[in-house]
Amino acid sequence: MTHKVHLDHDHLRHLLKAMIRIRRFEAKCVELYQAQKILGFLHLYDGEEAVSVGVMEALEPQDAVIATYREHGQALARGVDPGCLMGEMLGKLNGCCRGRGGSMHFFHREHRFYGGNAIVGGGLPLALGVALADKMQGRRAVTACFFGDGAAEEGEFHETLNFAKLWRLPILFICENNLYAMGMAVERAEADTDFVHKASSYRIEGERVDGMDVVAVESAARKAIEKIRATSDPFFLECRTYRFRAHSMFDAQLYRSKEEVEAWRKKGPIVRFQAWLEENHLIKPGEVLEMEKAIDAEVARAVAFAEAGPLEPVSDVERFVTMEDIPA
Amino acid sequence: MNAPQEPPSPLRLTYREACKQALRQALHADPRVFLMGEDIGRYGGCYAVTKGLLEEFGEDRIRDTPLSESAFVGAGIGAAMAGMRPIVEIMTVNFSLLALDQILNNAVTIPYMSGGQFAVPLVIRMATGGGRRVAAQHSHSLEGWYAHIPGLRILTPAMVEDARFMLIAALKDPNPTLIFEHVMLYNMEGDIDPAITCVDMDQAKVRRAGADVSLITYGGSLFKTLDAAERLSKEGVEAEVVDLRALRPLDTKTILESVVKTRRCIIIDEAWRSGSIAAEIGMRIAEEAFFELDAPLRRVCGREVPMPYAAHLEDACLPQSEAIAAAALDLVRPS
Repeated sequence: MTHKVHLDHDHLRHLLKAMIRIRRFEAKCVELYQAQKILGFLHLYDGEEAVSVGVMEALEPQDAVIATYREHGQALARGVDPGCLMGEMLGKLNGCCRGRGGSMHFFHREHRFYGGNAIVGGGLPLALGVALADKMQGRRAVTACFFGDGAAEEGEFHETLNFAKLWRLPILFICENNLYAMGMAVERAEADTDFVHKASSYRIEGERVDGMDVVAVESAARKAIEKIRATSDPFFLECRTYRFRAHSMFDAQLYRSKEEVEAWRKKGPIVRFQAWLEENHLIKPGEVLEMEKAIDAEVARAVAFAEAGPLEPVSDVERFVTMEDIPA
Repeated sequence: MNAPQEPPSPLRLTYREACKQALRQALHADPRVFLMGEDIGRYGGCYAVTKGLLEEFGEDRIRDTPLSESAFVGAGIGAAMAGMRPIVEIMTVNFSLLALDQILNNAVTIPYMSGGQFAVPLVIRMATGGGRRVAAQHSHSLEGWYAHIPGLRILTPAMVEDARFMLIAALKDPNPTLIFEHVMLYNMEGDIDPAITCVDMDQAKVRRAGADVSLITYGGSLFKTLDAAERLSKEGVEAEVVDLRALRPLDTKTILESVVKTRRCIIIDEAWRSGSIAAEIGMRIAEEAFFELDAPLRRVCGREVPMPYAAHLEDACLPQSEAIAAAALDLVRPS
């Protein structure tokens, strides 16, 4: 494997499509939320798509993913079927978790997707265990551990980084730094706002990357993963990004100005990448429109699948509180 | 040297040695089993349970961890999800609170939230209980708290036999299991029948039969309760002593059978009384056997204070056999 991103037409198209898929999928989620078909919390990834898409490109099927509660994009980019994700959000039995988890808790065994975790920082220690299990069982897998900037305020962040370096565990830490932990600006919460510097204090090598640039993220992730596979040492990527929408669905956004959001929107991962592709004639006129049409059809199929899904019978509500056996 | 052939005699073991032999058996039996915890390797374990295991099994399987309870418990959960059979040691139950987030929010919820895609076959061992004069941050009994949580299995071995074999049973369970080892039991000796090679994890056991009053207890209070039963016998009162062995799932059937027989019941638990496992047991009896009772339900519990250091104060805060016997006498022969 090489860390060089193949800038051929197919791959560039694929990256753009993967980001647009997340964006359109979530736009549909908002509609379904407003129609009260999706309930509870809904944390949108709008603006952060380049991070997951770029990182997942660098992963192999045997690698593992630890996700956050803003994980629709992480799951889609990992290749989880949109139908079972939509089913999950609609609380249906055909959801990836039978409707037990909802928007914040996507799990998918075949994709080694170890869960959306809604306790900030709560997934980091799990990454240690998954990586340790892989290492002890002789699997050459990397664990990609996603978390937000807010996680660095938790003790588990520091415990995990120390552990990962000490035990030389093959983990790619991906800090999705969208500058706010809910409404708490990074500089109001962190004595040191340089996350790569924090990682370096645990002697973990790291790199800061423009999280709004999908090619930059993919390239950095490929380089990082190559290094991890070669050394079995952890690596830390800080992806500077921005969340265009509210933290969840109810958020007056008193903590940031409209101008700030607008300025970031102009740097959006899709708009910028698309413009660059067009300017450089790497994409044909009308191709994006075609792509959007195909994605909309895909999303419509996902919604239809979810809508048609049955509900889990209430009589099964206690199933899996305790497991009968260990899934193979 | 040829040893004479003799019929197998009972094995006399300390509780500590029984715990260690269980760990050794588990490590020998399954290459997926490994140990993690603070000072379990070079130091040999804060209660010396794991002493010698590092030399026998090596650093890959006997892993000293940094003082990061949340991280190493979480690592245990992740490793269990990814195919290993970790056994995590936490020094004392008070320290387990630093990992409570991982235990409750991950180990317990993930099998359920994932719709059964992932199991967490993790065993966590920890010391619990008072009596060692180590004051209010090392002496509490919070196993009842953990028993509140659906999805956990809570084991409280008191007998050496259970210390020896419950771990083996726990490792076969696909669910997260917490084993609470009472600190005052580690030096206690007991006999194991060499014919026994396994125990169940689900059933309470009657450790002493009696017809006059049921004394329901577990863990560190078991031997005080058995002692109280001997005192009572001298007074002409025959107490039945039920060792719960597990607090979750709770073997209500055995409890009710005993209570229906004796018609009187005292629950002995060194944890705090309010909102306790003793309260839960009392309520289950009230729900299911109220009309079988000849006397009100009673409890002998730990005093509701953070554990004091001074010996006379600590002793006064824990259920003692005199108090248990007195409570039973009062119930059987009200003045």
